[in-house]
Formats: sequence, structure tokens, C-alpha cells
Amino acid sequence: MPDAPATNMNMIEAINDALSVAMERDLDVTVLGEDVGYFGGVFRATAGLQKTYGKTRVFDTPITECGIVGVAVGMAAYGLRPVPEIQFADYIYPALDQLVSEAARLRYRSAGEFPMPITVRSPFGGGIFGGQTHSQSPEAIFTHVCGLKTVIPSTPYDAKGLLLAAIEDNDPVIFFEPKRIYNGPFDGHYDRPVQPWAKHPASLVPSGHYTIPLGKAALVREGQDLTVLAYGTMVHVALSVVEELGVDADVVDLRTLMPLDIETIESSVKKTGRCLVIHEATRTGGFGAELSALVQERCFYYLEAPVERVTGFDTPYPHSLEWAYFPGPIRIGMAIEKVMKD
Amino acid sequence: MSRSNLPPLRLHVPEPPARPGEEADFSHIDILPAGVTPRPDSAADSATMRDLAYGLVRVLDDEGNAVGPWNPRLSPDVLRRMLRAMALTRAFDDRMFRAQRQGKTSFYMKSLGEEAVSIGAAFALQRDDMCFPSYRQQGILIARDWDLVDMMNQIYSNKGDRLKGRQLPIMYSAKDASFFSISGNLTTQVPQAVGWAMASAARGDTRIAASWCGEGSTAEGDFHAALTFATVYRAPVVLNVVNNQWAISSFAGFAGAESTTFAARAVGYGIAGLRIDGNDALAVYAATAWAAERARTNHGPTLIEHFTYRAEGHSTSDDPSAYRSSEERSKWPLGDPVARLKAHLIAIGEWDEARHAAQDLELAEQVKAAAKAAEKNGILGHGMHQPFATMFEDVFEDMPWHLKEQSAQMMSERMRKWPKPGEGPR
Ligand SMILES: Cc1ncc(C[n+]2csc(CCOP(=O)(O)OP(=O)(O)O)c2C)c(N)n1
Ligand SMILES: [Mg+2]
Repeated sequence: MPDAPATNMNMIEAINDALSVAMERDLDVTVLGEDVGYFGGVFRATAGLQKTYGKTRVFDTPITECGIVGVAVGMAAYGLRPVPEIQFADYIYPALDQLVSEAARLRYRSAGEFPMPITVRSPFGGGIFGGQTHSQSPEAIFTHVCGLKTVIPSTPYDAKGLLLAAIEDNDPVIFFEPKRIYNGPFDGHYDRPVQPWAKHPASLVPSGHYTIPLGKAALVREGQDLTVLAYGTMVHVALSVVEELGVDADVVDLRTLMPLDIETIESSVKKTGRCLVIHEATRTGGFGAELSALVQERCFYYLEAPVERVTGFDTPYPHSLEWAYFPGPIRIGMAIEKVMKD
Repeated sequence: MSRSNLPPLRLHVPEPPARPGEEADFSHIDILPAGVTPRPDSAADSATMRDLAYGLVRVLDDEGNAVGPWNPRLSPDVLRRMLRAMALTRAFDDRMFRAQRQGKTSFYMKSLGEEAVSIGAAFALQRDDMCFPSYRQQGILIARDWDLVDMMNQIYSNKGDRLKGRQLPIMYSAKDASFFSISGNLTTQVPQAVGWAMASAARGDTRIAASWCGEGSTAEGDFHAALTFATVYRAPVVLNVVNNQWAISSFAGFAGAESTTFAARAVGYGIAGLRIDGNDALAVYAATAWAAERARTNHGPTLIEHFTYRAEGHSTSDDPSAYRSSEERSKWPLGDPVARLKAHLIAIGEWDEARHAAQDLELAEQVKAAAKAAEKNGILGHGMHQPFATMFEDVFEDMPWHLKEQSAQMMSERMRKWPKPGEGPR
């Protein structure tokens, strides 16, 4: 995308643009899901696509997530490249059998006869007063399944490049979109005014086609004393906290949880000797546990302090106490104090 | 790709009759006159009544008369109580919708135009029959005289909220009203109602269960699992499908309505299916009473399709002018449920316009007073009203060590944010 003209986009517009570019380039790309057709999705991510690409390539579906993913598997078996939307990640559970037992394993069980180039898009995460059924972060359920890739963008620029790469990938990808930052980055201070994307450099999105390879993290801030591993909304919160506290930290935006960019993680931790892992999802068995174990296994002799985790609490996402639940600047700050001690 | 001598296949994608800017068109809907649909014995074999799944049970005709075999012959007193509950539900919805618009809470969902579905059924069921509602059956709570302040406390997630501010507004739970905790995940309540009914039958109880889900929700696997269990065990349950024509932006055709009725789902499972005028409170009452009698006499489940119309947006997050004709509401052929019951009471000389207008004023005052009382307990817009530690209660009966640690962590965060005693939320 070297010289392509770029425009400021929010994350929804970048995702919409990626879908449009993918559909333009490849007739097999097919978008389906609840309310995605005429209306263009409850978050407007598929707005205008049906009009441009027609009803047989962009269509509304019955309300059955199991059915949506099940037919996507069938379409992929035919040779299409389906991009189903699950309206909220909280509603992906009825589709689990089709994802876990089918899409994830078909390449393996058919010895390559039936690859599954499916990209399941779904908004996830909290911070919008959505209560327990519009706020969850279930990514660790999917990273635990062999055969699924899991991708989580944190900026409009990345969202477009990663989504195009996911759609072009020949394996099934769970593409979780942090809905809290659809319209602007978030520093974690819920009581401060919201910033629009336009002021952020990564809201400049080149037109046309470009990809960001899956499995490559981004070092979004460089420092010497601490490695912060984060993804999605929490990248922005982490950046703002380390700035506020004046910590000389590497901040790594993982972007892809599976496959994981272990090299970037390892080289950063070996440099800094300290590691903080942040996610919004619940703690126990969360992806942070995996990260923590990997760092401990691979960087043990470089570590100057135990790996710290900052996460959501192990409760359903509460409605009114949302901001007491959210792993915000105070929780992160306390963990930084701990991991930086002596 | 294809063999050249065969015609190419075509993918059918449903399309509603009218989109924004187009004339509303309900000509595809066959509206049978009131009173013509026969009423079988509630113990009859489901195989003998398959036609009912394609018919339309209606009691109130266009002149406000109650006609035909399904007329439940309710006393004027009961009719007036039903009318009042419907009007109260409407007044409640109106005020709470505005409260959301004023920033007092995060979310609201109205049941405008569908009040008869909940209230007709609640009047026909026993108060201790167990209801497994969707998010649009607030009318059941109101018909069961549930405290409006209690409902509003939940909507405001305030310190009076029995559910401790944990649930999205309108996701009530009211065990004392035999009203199950509402889920945000569609259709989960339908097999649960069947299970409750199976348990009641297994114990030789006399109570039955009922569930409600939207027509869009019938696509979920849970719905079909529920029907299978219901027929296999002849569960004493009434399964209601509220066909309000829309599921957010998707018309009923995306749930299968282009090819058959929702009541007809019952036929394949061998259970009784009734398709009824959901804007006719008397038809809802009569069908529910029939199904309840069938269940209570061990003749098994009934599926009732309530044919109605979602008169406004899906929720406060929705703008229906983006996907459907704005004329639809006024052109809807089955009218408005409150207006129709009111016309009937007037036609039989038991009500008049002046009393109705006075009642509307009185109900608006009642709702306003309730809102004032609830707002004394706080509104969501003003922050967090629950003691922070309540977040960790009820995950389990007994709190494991890790939740105790996390709770302590949260309290230390709270101390950082609000170090002085008495500062910040409770
Ligand atoms: C499992 C699941 N999938 C999707 C949703 C998102 N959603 C909420 S309401 C709704 C439409 C439901 O329509 P319908 O069943 O017709 O009920 P109505 O809103 O018309 O009463 C959708 C898709 C959800 N809540 N749960
Ligand atoms: Mg509906």
C-alpha cells in the first residue's frame, strides 16, 4: 500500500472498507449474519455492502449462531470464503460446536481436503454499559481450541490490514473487534471526555488493498525497564498509564493471539527483565495465563520480578459497577508498582 | 462448475414487501374474520386440529363485538382490569423510554402494540404458573400487580435494585411473581420452561409453565430442542411465539415466515398449535386458557403464535426508519390492542371515552409517582449505587479464595481513587 491515498477512519469504517476491498477482489468472499444485509449491521460495519455486492454475497440470516457458522462451514466446503458476523461475542456460544468440533478440525480430519477459510467477525469487550451479555471477552475459549486463529485489532489501520489478512488466510479465524474503541481510542479514564479516532495517527487508513500479517505483534512503544503485553482496547489504556507514570516501557500490541509472535515477546522481555500482561477478560484460565507461562518458560533467567497479570475480575461483567470491574489505570498502576519493585 | 444442459441454480434471499420510502404493504397477510375459527375440545388429539396452526383465532371484530366459539365471556370487571393493566404497561414504557433518553439509564425496550400478548396470557394463567419471558413481557409483571418502583429500581440499577445493578435494564427477575430471570441470550428460556413443566409433572404438582420468545428467536436451536422435549414428555407447558413481524431489522421472512406460519412449527412435532390475533386481548386470553386447561389435564403442550406488530423500534438503540416503511404501523391490519379492548368495553356499555381519558391521566400520575420514588434510590446516570463488594457475591454460594483476593484488590483500588472517608460512591 505504499503510495495509496489515505483517509481518516474510525474502526467501523476501516472494517467496512476491508470487507469491501475483499469482496471487490474475490468473488468468493461472502458476508452473512444477523442484520448485516439491508441494514448494514447493528454497529454499521457492513453498511452499503449489500447494495454494492448484491444479496447473494451479503445477506441477513435467521437468528441462529449455530446455523450461521454451520452454513459458513458448508459454504467453505463448496469453495467460498465466508465472513460471518456474530452480532456480539456474547452470542457466539450457540455456535461453539460448529467452531470447535468442525471448522477448527476439518483441515486435520480430512487431511487437507476441506480447509476452512472462514473469518468470524464479532464485537467484544465492555465499557459501554452493555451488562453481562454485551460485554464479554471470550478470546481464551478460542485460543484453547487447536485449529482456530484469533485476531484482535487495536486501531483502524490494523483493523483493515488484519481483517484482509484474516479473510485471505486459509484457516478459520476468530476476529474480535473491541467495540469500546470502534469510535475512538480509550485511555481507561471513563470520567474523561471521549477522544475521536481522527486525532490518532493509526486512524489514517490507506485506500485499496494491504495486509498486516497474522502472527506479527507491533511494538507500539519502546522502553528499557518493562514489557507490557496487551491487545485490543487495553493497548490504549496501557500506553496512557505508562506515560502518566513515566515508566520506560515496551508496549507490545499482540494483534494476533494465535499464532502468537513469541519472538517479539521474548526479545522484549529479555531486554527489560520485567513483564506485565493486561487483558479485559476474566483472569482464571485467561490468555494472560498462557502468556505468563510462556514468558516464565522462555525468559526465566532474565526475569527480575514475577510476571504480573492485570485482568477483569472473575465475575460476570456487572452493569452498574462496570468501571469498578474494568482493569483501568489504577489497577494497572498498582501492578506496575509491584512488578517494578527493586 | 455446472453441467451446461441444466438450468443454473438461484439462491433465494427473502425480501420484505416494503422498505423505507415505500408504501407499506400487508396484502400478503390473510386476515380471517373474527369468530370463524373453530374451537376444539382442549383434550382433542393434536392431529385433528392441524388447521388451527394456519388459521387465526380472533374474538373481537372490527365493531368491537366479541364473537364466535373462542369468546371467553369475561365479566366487565375482568375486562376493565385487563384494559387497565395494558394501559399501565403503555404508560410505564412511555416514561421509562423517556428516562433513557434523558440519560437516567443505559437502555430500555418497549412493548408498544404487543401489550395484549403478555396481559391476556397473565390473566388466563394462575398467578403461580411459572413464566419464562423474553425481554418484552413486562406486561406479565404489571398484570401480576408487581411493584412499579421495584421494576424501575432495576431499570436505574440503583440502590433499591434487588438484582444489585448487575443486569441490563429490563432484565428483571421476580420469583415471587413466578417470573423467571430474563436472559440477554435469545431463546434460552424456552427449553427451561419445558424443564420446569417436566419437573412439575414429575412431582405431581398442579402448576404449569409458559414461555415467550420472538418469531426471530424461533430460529435458535434452543427453540427446536424445547419442542422436542415438550412433545416427548407431553410437558404441561404453553410455548408462546410473539410474531411481531420484525427481529431488529430482519423481517419475519428471515425466520421462515415466507413459507409457513410459526404455529405450524407445532405440526411437525405433533403438538397442538394455535395461530391467534395477538392484538386481541380476548383471543390471547381464550387461547391461553385453552392451552392451560390442556396442559393441566395432562394433554400436553401447546404452541401459540401471537400475530402482532412491533409498533416502535427494537430498543432505545434502534431506529426502524432505517429499514422499514414508516407507514407500516398505521397500516397494520389488526389495529391497536388497547384501542380494540377499549372499543369493546364501550360497545357493551361498560366504559366510555371520559373514563378512559381519566384513567390514562391517573395511570400517568401513578407511573410518575413511582418514578419519583425510584429516583430517590438513585439513577444509573449518577454512577455506581451498589456497595463495591457486592460484585463478588453470588458468583458462587460460598466465595472461593481467589474472589476474596480480587475483592480486596478492588477495595484497594477504590481507596486510591477516593482516599477520603465518605468520598465517591458507596
Ligand atoms: C443468542 C443471541 N443472538 C443474538 C442476539 C441479539 N438480538 C437481540 S434481540 C434480537 C432480535 C430478536 O427478535 P425477535 O425474536 O423477533 O424478538 P422481538 O425483539 O421482536 O421481540 C437479536 C438478534 C441475542 N440477544 N442473543
Ligand atoms: Mg420479533
